This record gives sequence, structure tokens and C-alpha cells, in this order.
Amino acid sequence: MKKVVFNDKLCKGCGLCVAACPKKILAISERVNAMGYAVAECVNERECISCAFCATMCPDTVITVRKEVSETK
Amino acid sequence: MDKIVFSKPALLTDTPMHYCPGCTHGIVHRLIAEALGEIGEFDNVIGIAPVGCAVFAYNYFKCDMFQAAHGRAPSVATGVKRARPDSTVFVYQGDGDLASIGMAEIVHAATRGENMTVIFINNGIYGMTGGQMAPTTLEGQKTTTSQFGRNPLEHGNPIKICEMLSTLTGPAYIARTSVHDVKNVRATRDALVRGFKMQKQKRGFSLIEILSTCPTNFHMTPIAALEYVKTTGVKAYPLGVYKDVGLNEEEAK
Repeated sequence: MKKVVFNDKLCKGCGLCVAACPKKILAISERVNAMGYAVAECVNERECISCAFCATMCPDTVITVRKEVSETK
Repeated sequence: MDKIVFSKPALLTDTPMHYCPGCTHGIVHRLIAEALGEIGEFDNVIGIAPVGCAVFAYNYFKCDMFQAAHGRAPSVATGVKRARPDSTVFVYQGDGDLASIGMAEIVHAATRGENMTVIFINNGIYGMTGGQMAPTTLEGQKTTTSQFGRNPLEHGNPIKICEMLSTLTGPAYIARTSVHDVKNVRATRDALVRGFKMQKQKRGFSLIEILSTCPTNFHMTPIAALEYVKTTGVKAYPLGVYKDVGLNEEEAK
């Protein structure tokens, strides 16, 4: 399961998510989308704590955040 | 097992926004959609878009929208709200729109206590027209029409809308927030929810001023622009609630 999913089509590579991430696991990638922007990506999914700080600061609602929930008995 | 902690609010469309990279208009659009979702308003919302960068706001909200003449959004909203008193009306205006050409409209809508919620984006600059000085431009801030920084002797002093409108009798809720970091983004969302609740309970006029950035015309990176608001903007425009007549908390739940 991916905890942070970026909608590459909408990303403008502004970097606000990269600055907001408390774990510093986001970065601007070398991939370029149809608008010509280098898109953001998560480089270390395992470290992610699903705090959604990135999505909170994202101006273009690019990011969807999921959280692992342990199964209750 | 996993659950979604954050996804696009229901009231936003999938249209890519035309704003520059890092523009905080996008954040505020999303917060409005989240706030309306939280109070359970989806179908009966009418928004008024301004003239300025947010002129195409109607492309991004899944609700009925008007696009008013420059500065006249509060007047259009007055008509909308009086014709459809059961709807939730929000007005979205920038500083060039609200504090300059639309000053008369906003003051009179506020003093009449029109039952609407105004979202006022204050980034201290005219974004769409190329970075000219706005009424809210900070002292010393460089723009294309104040190239050596705004000098009060020459250009006048910045207008503080929240302080000014809170002296009137009509408004129910006047607050100033910022979107320069996660904490303040969440505070802005709460302020918007409270503003919309004021409207739902027919308390009267509510205005939320949101300190924003314009990275393109500040000539800064998006991150540096947020830092500028944090260090300079917040000092000139203190955050806080300027007027609050109070909600009926039981009814608000």
C-alpha cells in the first residue's frame, strides 16, 4: 500500500509539500508532467507517518494520504 | 487495512488550477470546500468569484457560482442571499478587489450585516495585472509601482481591513488568519467553519481575512514567500479574531 499518492497530472512542483514534511522524505523528482513541471514524489515510503502535512500545504490537492490501521479483533 | 486520511474534498472539481506554482489560492479553495463539507452544505451553496487571479474560481467549485464585476462581489452576494435566503453564500475576494475598488461595497455590506461569508485573500499585491502596489502592500515592500519600497509619505499607509470593519455594528465574525504553515492552515479552516456557521445561524456578516502569498510577483520561491509572510506579513497584520458575537453552540452541532 502506498501511503502518499501523488496525482502527477496536477502537480506543479512548487515544493511546499517537500518543505512541510516532518520526516523529510519528499523530493522533487526528475519526472516531468504534461504541463512541464517536475513533479514531487516520496522517496522513502517506509518512513512515512501519514501525518498529511504535505497534503495540507499542497495548493493543487495533488496528494491523497492513507494510514495503516491495525485490524481489530 | 488502511483508511484514507486525506483526499480531495467533494466540493472541488478535478480541473487543474490555473494558479502559479505555490500560489496559496489553491490552499484556500480547498479549505473552503472542506469547511462547507464539514457543516454539511453541498447542494445549496452559491459562490461569488471576484475579478483578479481567482476570477476562474467557478471552474474549481462544484457549486453554483457568479462572477461579479470588479469589487462588486458583496453587492451581488447581497442580491443572491436576499433572493435565496436558505442558501449558503460565500464571497471570494482578493485585496485589489475588496480593499481598493470594492471598498464601498464591502463596508456597506458589512454595516448592513448582510448574512454572508466573505473570504478575503490578502497578499499585499495585485497578482493578475503584474505585481502593482495594492492598498494592503506592506510598508517598504517593493512592487512594480513602488520600486524603492512602499513609502507612507508618498504612497499612503496600508489599510487594515479587519481592524476597520470590526468597529462596525453589523459584522458577526471578523478574523484574520494565515496559510504560511500547517498549523495556520488548520486554524484558517476552523475560522472558515465558524464563519459559515455564523451564516447558517443567521448571525450576520462574517469575514475571514487570509494572509497569502504571490510567489511570482514577490519574485520569491513559494517557500521563501511563505517565510516572508511568516516573518513580515504577520507582524504588520496581527492574526486573531477581531469580532465574534458568539454562536448558539447547541444548534451548531
